[in-house]
Amino acid sequence: MRGKENREKLIQLFLLTIALSAISILALISIFIFTEGLPIMFRHGFKKFLFSLDWYPSEGYFGLLPMIIGSLLVTAGAMVIGVPLGLAGAIYLTQFSSKKVRNLVKPMIELLAGIPSVVYGFIGVVILVPFVRENFGGPGFSVFTASIILGIMILPTILSISIDSLMALPPSYREGSIALGATQWQTVRMVLLPAARSGIIASLILGLGRAVGETMAVIMIAGNATALPRSILDPVRTLTSNIALEMGYVSGEHRQALFATGVILFIIIMILNTMANLTSKRMAS
Amino acid sequence: MEREIVIRVRDFSYYLGSQPILKKITLDVFRHEILSIIGPAGSGKSSFLRCLNRLNEIRAEARISGTIEINGHNIYSPEVSLTELRRKVGMVFALPVPLPRSIFENVAFGLRMAGIKDKKLIEERVIDSLKKVALWDEVKERLNSSALKLSGGQQQRLCIARVLAMRPEFILLDEPCSGLDPVSTMKIEESLMDLKKEYTIILVTNNTKQAARVSDRTAFFLSGELIEIDRTDRIFTAPQDKRTNDYISGRFG
Repeated sequence: MRGKENREKLIQLFLLTIALSAISILALISIFIFTEGLPIMFRHGFKKFLFSLDWYPSEGYFGLLPMIIGSLLVTAGAMVIGVPLGLAGAIYLTQFSSKKVRNLVKPMIELLAGIPSVVYGFIGVVILVPFVRENFGGPGFSVFTASIILGIMILPTILSISIDSLMALPPSYREGSIALGATQWQTVRMVLLPAARSGIIASLILGLGRAVGETMAVIMIAGNATALPRSILDPVRTLTSNIALEMGYVSGEHRQALFATGVILFIIIMILNTMANLTSKRMAS
Repeated sequence: MEREIVIRVRDFSYYLGSQPILKKITLDVFRHEILSIIGPAGSGKSSFLRCLNRLNEIRAEARISGTIEINGHNIYSPEVSLTELRRKVGMVFALPVPLPRSIFENVAFGLRMAGIKDKKLIEERVIDSLKKVALWDEVKERLNSSALKLSGGQQQRLCIARVLAMRPEFILLDEPCSGLDPVSTMKIEESLMDLKKEYTIILVTNNTKQAARVSDRTAFFLSGELIEIDRTDRIFTAPQDKRTNDYISGRFG
């Protein structure tokens, strides 16, 4: 009997260790970023990092405002494109299409998530950038182009989680509403979307996270200029691109400034996540 | 007494893909009666109910043949408005699933979807419907709290109330008491006896005793076929078909 109990405890301990190590990796990463990035921010002042427009790291100018704006613009643009498409697709596939179509289309869209981001970037450079340059003007490498590609990249996340949460609703919601004389669309709008909103909001958060964090595709198509964009056809640099582009060769204060970029990125993502969580909680109650 | 026929079903068959669910059903329903439909699981009794408000058509692979006339009009003719039909032929499901809204909004839902904006009318209908299912006294203090907080029996009466709010002519009930305790079941049966004065009711039930208690006539379905339909007292005392007798005496099903 004792042997069995001991084994039980051992397994518990083992699982606890694994669970803790996952968290401790996250903790280590955060600590590392903050210890590397915070000192330089204290030295030069947060204001300079957050609100200055000049990024000349070799001369000691560390203004991240253009990159912060760049990240926010590109992310917002991606959401503007990805959210309506993703939701509309999820509604169509769960409510209006036949099972056959759904079983064919859903895996194909989920396959989009498996394509490496460098491929998205490549397609963006080869097809979308020249297209935008010729039809809309500007250099082609722009907020607009990056938003389109990112919008497509977050589509599978939004779509497949939204589909799952709509499918998880009891069929009686739909039948009950339709049996009361509501049309299909009224049923979707008034009953199903509100009932599935926590899952749908979760899908938006994940899509948002993916858009903010995406680096490779954005580097290839956003143009990476460190100036403030004047229109959506101007190039921008995002926080993630800033780190990836310069990390290879830097040292000293410049290197610390890139960690400071990471700190700001970290904080932005935390804020977005918390906001999304709060809204979903408020809507649920 | 000659009674008015309000639903006339003739040679009605219903298929899902190539699989027959209902085979050549022919029966009549009289005004202001309670017709029970009994039969073992898979006999097609719930499907039959869903054919009466065309809820069967939610499934893309559904096909039908034959006719169902309600008040003399074929409900499967192309000019029929589905939403109007479903407002006239209300339905209550086995699992009481209120919509994730407040008690008031659950009852008002159908009216709002029908485009009714008159607040006073909606309020009147909601109160009236809740009173008819004897729920008003239990919920009048908390009309704005979530309907999901009600007990199972209350939820089912709420689901009946939201159908009544549409002022239908017919009420279809699909095993409305299958998940309820005896007291809640009794309350719903009492409501049904009351509602019969104004509505024509078709009740699908797995509980043969319930059919015997509340209905005027009873139909017995088996494997998609209508075996027998007659006055309830006759079905339960002197059924014409041996299979009916076997089922109600509990020998199969």
